[in-house]
Amino acid sequence: MKAKIVSRLFLSVVALSLLIFAGASASAKEPLVIGGVFSVTGTHSYLGDPEKKTLEMMVAESNAKGGLKGQPLKVVIYDDEGDPTKARLQAEKLIQKDKALAIIGPSLTPTSMAILPVTSKAKVPLISCAAGIGITSPAHERQWVFKTAQTDQMAVSRIYQYLQKTGINKVAILTVATGFGISGKEQLNALAPKYGIQLVAQEVFGEKDTDMTPQLTKIRGTAAQAVICWGTGPAPALVAKNMKQLGLTIPLVQSHGAASKKFIELAGEAGDGIIMPAGKLVIYKLLTDTDPQKAVCQEYDKKYQAKYSAPASSFGGYAYDAWRMLTQAVEKVGKDRAKIRGALEGTKNFVGVSGIFNMSPDDHNGLSPEAFVMVKIEKGEFKLLD
Amino acid sequence: MNVLADLLQYLFSGLTNGAIFALIALGFGIIYNATTIINFAQGEMVMLGALSAISFYHLKPSLPLAFVGGVATVIVVGLVFERLALRPVREPTPLTLIIITVGGAVLIKGLAMLYWGKEAYSLPSFSGEAPLYLGTATILPQNLWVLGLTALLVAVLEAFFRLTLVGKAMRACAYNARAARLVGIPPGRMVQLSFGLSAALGAAGGILIVPLTMGMYDMGTMLGLKGFSAAILGGLGSSLGGVLGGLLLGVAESLACGLISSGYRDAVAFFILLVVLFLRPQGLLGGRE
Repeated sequence: MKAKIVSRLFLSVVALSLLIFAGASASAKEPLVIGGVFSVTGTHSYLGDPEKKTLEMMVAESNAKGGLKGQPLKVVIYDDEGDPTKARLQAEKLIQKDKALAIIGPSLTPTSMAILPVTSKAKVPLISCAAGIGITSPAHERQWVFKTAQTDQMAVSRIYQYLQKTGINKVAILTVATGFGISGKEQLNALAPKYGIQLVAQEVFGEKDTDMTPQLTKIRGTAAQAVICWGTGPAPALVAKNMKQLGLTIPLVQSHGAASKKFIELAGEAGDGIIMPAGKLVIYKLLTDTDPQKAVCQEYDKKYQAKYSAPASSFGGYAYDAWRMLTQAVEKVGKDRAKIRGALEGTKNFVGVSGIFNMSPDDHNGLSPEAFVMVKIEKGEFKLLD
Repeated sequence: MNVLADLLQYLFSGLTNGAIFALIALGFGIIYNATTIINFAQGEMVMLGALSAISFYHLKPSLPLAFVGGVATVIVVGLVFERLALRPVREPTPLTLIIITVGGAVLIKGLAMLYWGKEAYSLPSFSGEAPLYLGTATILPQNLWVLGLTALLVAVLEAFFRLTLVGKAMRACAYNARAARLVGIPPGRMVQLSFGLSAALGAAGGILIVPLTMGMYDMGTMLGLKGFSAAILGGLGSSLGGVLGGLLLGVAESLACGLISSGYRDAVAFFILLVVLFLRPQGLLGGRE
């Protein structure tokens, strides 16, 4: 009986593998595999979900046009759930099993840091969609790693430039106790002396906190001329509401993490007058036609809207830029990974959704603070400030 | 800025949050009295109340209607939960039932995520967002709504338990279920009623606080935990204790946040809970078992 089952099992395995082989040889050209690792589910799904959707959309579009250099494409995307260990295993799987030509992602700084030793060792180009500055710097240690997301440093520089211009030098900061907020706090502290800004209070709030009046009451007792809030999700909108509640009238500056229509909706009336740096995708309709990024943002937003009937987000934009940059490199130099790496490093004046990229051997991000524009919320709409 | 005004501000913020903890704590207490179990799905009732009120408000922008609709929806959910998940259990030991409520909480949260998504939603304040000034401290009309309606609910609840026949029957069940059955009170019905009541309290708490905090599918877990702490702090099963526990916890959190450091907010709340459990395990106002 047992022997029978075993032999039957064996037979079916043989049959199955024959089928697979037949399938493989039937398509004359094996598809080119592009790997993706994103935080599609879990707390950070607001990042990973649009990134995955963008990549799938672009691969489908490319295949409909006959693929890349006449070769069909296949995208293999794994969900790391925001867990660095999972991300690392999945990167190994993409390299060993799926033989990915290059990998796009992960969505977060910790997951990116976890997989870059793996991809670098295997000499597979990696284009991360995360913000952390350590992912691509120092560039000479990160030969095989690139990234398309703006770094926090750029957002901070942009905010400080603005504050300097308006004559504000005493600032209170209120940051969320997650990776995003901690990195923001570091950069806010690191860059403050350069712009002559003094941080008179440094408060923290939890991602799920629902009442920030105690922290703001403390800030009210200081000489702060403005508050900078660094967070994502509903909490920054609560900060805006709580400030109105306390009658705190000094300007509120939010981070780029709050730059979305959703924030305006949540903050309601309390949103009026808030200033923040935003990626150009959020406000592309306000840009003049001479801005080269306008057309790119519009095209991406339209495509995304058409396919998923939801507005495109900056996060999906990171994957969009990574995809276009990668396919441009492959078009140019073919399927050799070392040549692709070289082409990526040589990317110049590449107009993307997140900014204009100028890569070099010393800079594998290629963006400048100008990737952000300062915007102000007026009557429930974003307005350009400069 | 003077210290007194700041203290007043912390107090307002603490009392508002505390009032919500108190409502949740009362819900824990009512079910505990009727069944001797802890209903860990209580926090999810708060979330359901808040989100369904928002959904009703989007259908027809009337706040009283949204309030009633939200509470009614959650009462139904509470009753159905009791009927489908708890009553059919073959050997209803408290531990089994408590674990079922934990499972129920996860299920309700998951379904809410599927229905409402991971977005945050807001509900307008009941009467405007212009702050009222008390010296240099400020208070929102919504804070007054929270405090006032909580006080009203607690008073009505107390009157219900002390003055009406049904309320007295529920208390009789809490004291001694077998004796209550002997005099003709159906304990099953009373348990059902207790689930409906505590669901209503949780929902009311959720709808009251949501204009201040915004609603999200996962808002219930932490609120439930805080409400549970408040119930333990005040003495599980004592309604006055629940209210006291809630307010104390809220104020302690807010003071810790303002005077020590914002990072210690949750730590202080749970630290007080631990101290109380060590020194007075039956809670501040709990009777001796």
